[in-house]
Amino acid sequence: MAEHDTTLTISAHGLSRAFGTQTVVNAINLELRRGEVLGFLGPNGAGKTTTMQMLTGNLAPSSGSISICGIDLLDHPVAAKAKIGYLPETPPLYRDLKVDEYLVLAARLHRVPKAGQRDAVDSAKHRCGLNDVGGKLIGALSKGFQQRVGIAQAIVHGPDVVILDEPTVGLDPNQIREIRSLIRELGGKHSVILSTHILPEVEAVCDRVQIMHHGNLVYSDSITALQQFHGSRTLLLGLRRPPPVQELAAVPGIATVEPVSETLFSIQSVADHDPTDTLTRLAAEKNWGLYQLNPAQASIEDVFANLTRHEENT
Amino acid sequence: MIFTIASKELKALFASPLAWIVLTIIQVLIGYGFLKRLDDFLQIQPQLSQAANSPGVTELVAAPTFATVAAILLFAVPLLAMRLIAEERRNQTMVMLTSAPISVTEIVIGKFLGLITFLLLIIALAALMPLSLAAGTQLDYGMLLSLIAGLALLAAGFAAVSLYISCLTVHPMAAALGAFGALLAMLLVGETASDSLQARGWSVPAALARVLSPLKSYETFSRGLIDTYSIACLLLLTALFLILAVRQLDARRLRG
Repeated sequence: MAEHDTTLTISAHGLSRAFGTQTVVNAINLELRRGEVLGFLGPNGAGKTTTMQMLTGNLAPSSGSISICGIDLLDHPVAAKAKIGYLPETPPLYRDLKVDEYLVLAARLHRVPKAGQRDAVDSAKHRCGLNDVGGKLIGALSKGFQQRVGIAQAIVHGPDVVILDEPTVGLDPNQIREIRSLIRELGGKHSVILSTHILPEVEAVCDRVQIMHHGNLVYSDSITALQQFHGSRTLLLGLRRPPPVQELAAVPGIATVEPVSETLFSIQSVADHDPTDTLTRLAAEKNWGLYQLNPAQASIEDVFANLTRHEENT
Repeated sequence: MIFTIASKELKALFASPLAWIVLTIIQVLIGYGFLKRLDDFLQIQPQLSQAANSPGVTELVAAPTFATVAAILLFAVPLLAMRLIAEERRNQTMVMLTSAPISVTEIVIGKFLGLITFLLLIIALAALMPLSLAAGTQLDYGMLLSLIAGLALLAAGFAAVSLYISCLTVHPMAAALGAFGALLAMLLVGETASDSLQARGWSVPAALARVLSPLKSYETFSRGLIDTYSIACLLLLTALFLILAVRQLDARRLRG
């Protein structure tokens, strides 16, 4: 472990937390390297928020150790917290303050030296697209902008680790896209932990993913491995003038065909065969009127079903 | 870092209508009381001047004015303190402070200093009224200093108790009522408990009861007596409840 000390920004071992007799987080290990975006995935109630509260020093773990850039969070909370930026599930916004005032306060609370405060606030505002709203009251901003203020608050002091708890919940699709690209950008400079229960979000922005289920870490690997694991082997095929189902099923690489409606088919392909090319070629040749061909989004439930099945098998 | 939090609290107080309403009400009540006392004093002044060793204007006008302020603080401090912790937790903004590189002690002391600064402003405004009499008469500045010191220490005690109770709940109103109830209970305890305990020879419980009855300690100041025992009692009360507040917030991190 010692040789990783310079690149490891978070290293948590055997982290557990119980409320009374109920164990919410059970002996999870977590490591984060510099410049990495880690997706923390799990259904609601999996223990993601509890874990994040422990990583940010807001909740003491029942057992286990956390070190932030080599500083033990439990022994030296103040020094360790200086390296963390945290956006909780509900952004901690003072609605009576203006955006500028609020960010200056955040910078001061995080011990940014007085001389650098102006620059720190300006750069955080710039990165989060808040340049035009500096003089507005936070309470008067839309939800998307409030979320950005929350993120700006978490990065204003240039922390090594940024921890974001469900940053895109309650936003409209445009805002979600903006926030995601912002997170992607943050990954360049900081290490980011992002919790979510939306699988495509993790695929869109993360390098690595850890999945929690009932307080246990059930999966931890890179994004590409996850994609292979849950295998986007289900395709949705839409044809205006579809041939009989048997004809489709006979296409090489296709295992089963299930009609969803008159013109829409759910297709399972054979492992290691991508029938996409064949299908588009055939559709053009035979004039099927192809209007849709896309991989069906695997839902997080599917992944969990897969994972738990996988666990039972081993 | 403590001052960052203190100034944030002070700003937040002035951004809310509550602070201005409290200031207005206090100013009106004190102003009325002060003028009434002054009027009474002017009416009995001829009799007073004939008596030997009679009380002066500071004792007859300033002391009751400050007693009014003390009574108003009993209501005002719980209202002003309820937002300190309870409201921050209710609005989920407390996380910003607890995830920043600041210790719980700094948070508590910062919030306490923010509130006490506001209370000192109230006391300063109240002190200006008797001070205005200096234009026409000779004031007893020693007595005035004793009154101001006593009121400041009393306000600190009230603020610490209210701050602690604000840590116990997320409902600001419950915090305010709880703090008011606690201060009222202390007032009742202070009336008799310490003396009757002392009379039975239980000196330790008596001393404890004395610490828990800030108004009793204030009485000596209002007689113009700056007494180290009373100072110690009020400072102890303040320290005790600030420590309790720190422990309460720390326990929240441990218990969740």
